[in-house]
Amino acid sequence: MIPNREEMKKALEIRHGKELQEKFSQAKVAVCGLGGLGSNIAVSLARAGIGKLLLVDDDKVDITNLHRQQYKACQVGMYKTDALLSNLKEIAPYIHVEKYTGRITEENACDILQGVDIICEAFDAAQEKAMLVNTVLEKMPEKYLIAASGMAGLGTANSIKTRKITDKFYLCGDEVSEVSKESTLFSTRVMLCAAHQAHMVLCIIGGQHE
Amino acid sequence: MVKINGENLDIAGRTLFEYLLDAGYDTGRIAVEKNGDIVPKAAYEKTVFADGDIVEVVSFVGGG
Repeated sequence: MIPNREEMKKALEIRHGKELQEKFSQAKVAVCGLGGLGSNIAVSLARAGIGKLLLVDDDKVDITNLHRQQYKACQVGMYKTDALLSNLKEIAPYIHVEKYTGRITEENACDILQGVDIICEAFDAAQEKAMLVNTVLEKMPEKYLIAASGMAGLGTANSIKTRKITDKFYLCGDEVSEVSKESTLFSTRVMLCAAHQAHMVLCIIGGQHE
Repeated sequence: MVKINGENLDIAGRTLFEYLLDAGYDTGRIAVEKNGDIVPKAAYEKTVFADGDIVEVVSFVGGG
């Protein structure tokens, strides 16, 4: 039996406090890239009762994604936006989720992201990461941006960190561990980095980021 | 002196683009912040370092 909207709201208020939960429920957050980082970020934010999530990705779930991304074997072949939306609705049935199934570019980023307050950069490719970060910082300086760089390999979990670069720009990861033939991605270290990003989102909404 | 990623360098008067090239950065994988503001990619070549500038070059590596 799925709890009703009021029951879900009340449970979150008991955990987070009414005032903070009100802030969470009014927040609008974009997750750009729904791989190991983005799918984990979205799950954490949905659980926390974030009011509106915008999911952005142009890719489909592949069998090689299942080792670190929040999809199920039965979802292989689905668009990640559709699959994740479905999974988030199972976790948090009353969350408002919007999706953009397509590629974000310098040209369309402002249109896609105009309705959100906080943007999580969760792409895989370094060039895509740099493109989104530069575009947001140049064209949407009023928004908070939380990017990620460096989480491959089985290095220590403790080197994943959050660093404040400017007033509204944070960078998570160890900043050096790149994916390569010798160093692949593992669910745990990617999840740590995603947790840093999702945590920063909650801190910003809660006013705990200074 | 110009402070780049925490290191003091004697490069006032040189351009950001020259520095990035010399230091071996791939300009497609970075974002540059100078004195708290983003430097647009189109401005790398005309951005001349002044004494006291504080610069952060953020590098992105693949994985996510």
